[in-house]
Amino acid sequence: MRIGIPKENFKGERRVATTPDAAKELLKLGYEVSIESGAGDAAKFRDSAYENAGVEVTASKQKLFEDSDIILKVREPDSDELQMLREGQVFISFLTPAQNAELLATFAEKNVTALSVESIPRISRAQKMDALSSMANIAGYRAIVEAAQHFGRFFTGQITAAGKIPPAKVLVIGAGVAGLAAIGAAKSMGAIVRAFDTRPEVKEQVESMDADFLMLDFEEEGSGSGGYAKVMSEEFIKAEMALFAEQAEEVDIIITTALIPGKPAPELITEEMVKSMREGSVIVDLAAAMGGNCKLSEPDKVVVKHGVSIIGYTDLPSRLPTQSSQLYATNLRHLLNDMTPEKDGVIQIDFEDEAIRGATVTKDGEITFPPPAPKLSAAPLKKDEPKEDIKTISAEEEKGSSWLSYVLGGAAFLGLGLVAPASFVAHFTVFVLACFVGYMVIWNVTPALHTPLMSVTNAISSIIIIGALLQISAPDPWVMGLSGLAVLITSINIFGGFAVTQRMLDMFKK
Amino acid sequence: MSQGLINMAYIAATILFILALGGLSKQESARRGNVLGMIGMGIALLVTIVGLVTRNFELLIGTMVVGGLIGFTLAKKVEMTQMPELVAILHSLVGLAAMFVGYANFLSHATEYIGIEKTIHDIETYIGILIGALTFSGSVVAYLKLSGKWGGKPLLLPARHWLNLGLLILAVYFGFAFVNEAAVGGGIQPLMLMTFVALLFGIHMVAAIGGADMPVVVSMLNSYSGWAAAALGFMLSNDLLIVIGALVGSSGAILSYIMCRAMNRNFISVIAGGFGTGTSSGGSGITIEGEAIATSAEELAAQLVSAKEVMIIPGYGMAVAQAQHMVSDIAKLLRKKKVNVRFGIHPVAGRMPGHMNVLLAEAKVPYDIVFEMDEINQDFPNIDVSIVIGANDIVNPAAQEVPDSPIAGMPVLEPWNGKTTVVLKRGMATGYAGVENPLFYKENTRMLFGDARESLEAVFRAIGS
Repeated sequence: MRIGIPKENFKGERRVATTPDAAKELLKLGYEVSIESGAGDAAKFRDSAYENAGVEVTASKQKLFEDSDIILKVREPDSDELQMLREGQVFISFLTPAQNAELLATFAEKNVTALSVESIPRISRAQKMDALSSMANIAGYRAIVEAAQHFGRFFTGQITAAGKIPPAKVLVIGAGVAGLAAIGAAKSMGAIVRAFDTRPEVKEQVESMDADFLMLDFEEEGSGSGGYAKVMSEEFIKAEMALFAEQAEEVDIIITTALIPGKPAPELITEEMVKSMREGSVIVDLAAAMGGNCKLSEPDKVVVKHGVSIIGYTDLPSRLPTQSSQLYATNLRHLLNDMTPEKDGVIQIDFEDEAIRGATVTKDGEITFPPPAPKLSAAPLKKDEPKEDIKTISAEEEKGSSWLSYVLGGAAFLGLGLVAPASFVAHFTVFVLACFVGYMVIWNVTPALHTPLMSVTNAISSIIIIGALLQISAPDPWVMGLSGLAVLITSINIFGGFAVTQRMLDMFKK
Repeated sequence: MSQGLINMAYIAATILFILALGGLSKQESARRGNVLGMIGMGIALLVTIVGLVTRNFELLIGTMVVGGLIGFTLAKKVEMTQMPELVAILHSLVGLAAMFVGYANFLSHATEYIGIEKTIHDIETYIGILIGALTFSGSVVAYLKLSGKWGGKPLLLPARHWLNLGLLILAVYFGFAFVNEAAVGGGIQPLMLMTFVALLFGIHMVAAIGGADMPVVVSMLNSYSGWAAAALGFMLSNDLLIVIGALVGSSGAILSYIMCRAMNRNFISVIAGGFGTGTSSGGSGITIEGEAIATSAEELAAQLVSAKEVMIIPGYGMAVAQAQHMVSDIAKLLRKKKVNVRFGIHPVAGRMPGHMNVLLAEAKVPYDIVFEMDEINQDFPNIDVSIVIGANDIVNPAAQEVPDSPIAGMPVLEPWNGKTTVVLKRGMATGYAGVENPLFYKENTRMLFGDARESLEAVFRAIGS
């Protein structure tokens, strides 16, 4: 099958859906690849580079659409491109399906199978094709670069002969992929970074990047499904706003990244808060396309209000076109890799595959969006699902057999209690308790010490020597001889065991 | 010395032993733990000798001195790569001693019991000797296997489970016979027959277990030696023996369990023997695409010098090639060059639990750069170069990817998530489990064929120059 990559014609879009490197991998999957002439220019990939990679360069978009079975794009198709789509084609790009019912209807009508890359569920296995995350990463990084551009001071603090420079204080709201990328970028430029998120589980991630996590004195779990936050209660929002108002007076730069899927962005920074900020402060609103987290932000513009620069660019990834094309192309390549299990250049839409099912929004003339809810939250990273299955099965089996063993064990105890004399029961008590002590003591041993532990328990088990000592004084020569032999070999064990353990432990050095 | 004083001393010894085992669970307190163990043993011996031994001191002192000297020499001379063998042979001594003590007690008739107490005492004697014999012969076979004098392949007799069952029934039968005959003053004959059966059983049990399962066997035998001591404790009505036996027995059992869990194997199936016999034919059905790409020592050296994060994954092959010192030197050199070198250890790497840690410690690798599988697995995406030295099954992605593989579900180290993996290996042979390893054919894997130590020496020279 042939993959076609048209030039993006959305105004200001500099990205391209595949790079020469990624195209090479697509060729390895058995596909033929064509690209519209000049498609990679804005992202600094020349036609000649594609040609060297084995990609056919076509001048006509019309011909490209005619010849290709699969179309890869960044932006959703415009009306011309929709016209050119033909029945049976597969179309893959960002489609914002939740807001684009009409587009989906057109796809279905034309019997085009459409995959929307932002609908790929955020399960661990699909991370390699999660274009939303790769773009968010770039957006977060670029947000800091843009903020630095409009901020009249250093990010880092210094003490110089010409006076003291205080470090910039940056507040990042929403510690998703974009937020974390922004934290990383701001931190590496030397700023003091704080972050806030409604999901408590990201606290650790924020702190791992050396930023402060701002806590609310409020108990509410904010994790929704699929790694997003959900809408919070009114009291929570009140507490949150109070926190932001307090922070606004203090910080120099605010980066907002709060999005709730399928809903307008929550308004977090009010006009009052903007007013309270220092002259020359900067706000970067990454949610500007969805209505903005800041009341005063305007999409695609930088506005200065109350002395604060408010940046509302919606094309941050496209402002780093080479990087974003590279990552996007790799995400698509991974997706196609999973959709071409035979590596024979024939695409398969397998609805058993959760990732592909999630991405597919139209198939066989029907709209298949929204997909059934994904099963796993992105928070607990679980890798291999088959492995999990195996474990659960054996766990269940164990459960069954352990019940049986409890019953048998109980019966054995009862039987013993009926016949055994008191002296035996006393010893037996000691025995059972000692077993548990052993269990408690050993359970948490570090694996590095397994060998020394074994050699020391070996030495200790030579306590059998006591048994030999108790009998060595017997008059019977047989008993005496056997006991003597036992003393001899257990002595080897005691001295050898402790000595070798000591030798080993002396080697363990920090 | 009064019985009360002796008992108090025994309690003190018991506490010291518990503290010793507790201390051994952490690096910082391990040395102190060992010393506490020695003190405990010293107290127990001293009190028993002074308080309870009445004659034959010459024999006692003589045998202890000779035994002690042999023990010290063994401990001083043993190579760290031979630790598994040493531990196995020491286990066999405990088993043998248990047998001797059991027989001695049977023959001595020092304390006479009557009625049910007599029966229980006889059963205790019988069980003590049984476990002792089993531990003895099993440990000897384990020693022979670990030292390479007996092939690593499991011995799979036809109908071996029936054979085991038959031996067990025989042991129970002789048990009844023994109790009946002992009640009228005899019993030596069934006792000796049972000993023979138990010895056979021990040999057969360990012979049927494959080389890769050796860590489980070693810790299991450790556990048996403890149970033997406990059984003798019952026989002699000595709480100290009971407590210590139970401690050692349960700790060995837990270690075995930890090992089994590390291999995702069922404890029973390991003991029953024959690694993956039912499914190993299915495992060869993995079709592997691509080809193994060879690399050179110079190339590896260049990669290491330019890397930021390096992970070294040692396996049994490192022990065989005695390459641990070379590995340590390379790690030191790279750390001097600001490369972050770490070690990733799989719980069942090598032939006994913790084997790799001991070898690396011997080569003076600081233990804070040696990590367990669970600590390190998620770091692989940041690793520039992983070096796999003589390991195979513990880095086999088939464990996760191929559901019908004999090693399916076994947790493995995941070097393939890193940028490059270099595998040092003699040739393309499979590991103990006999499973092909798709890791060798991955795009970002390179193979460096040859003896691990020679290859690493070449790498070391190339880094230095």
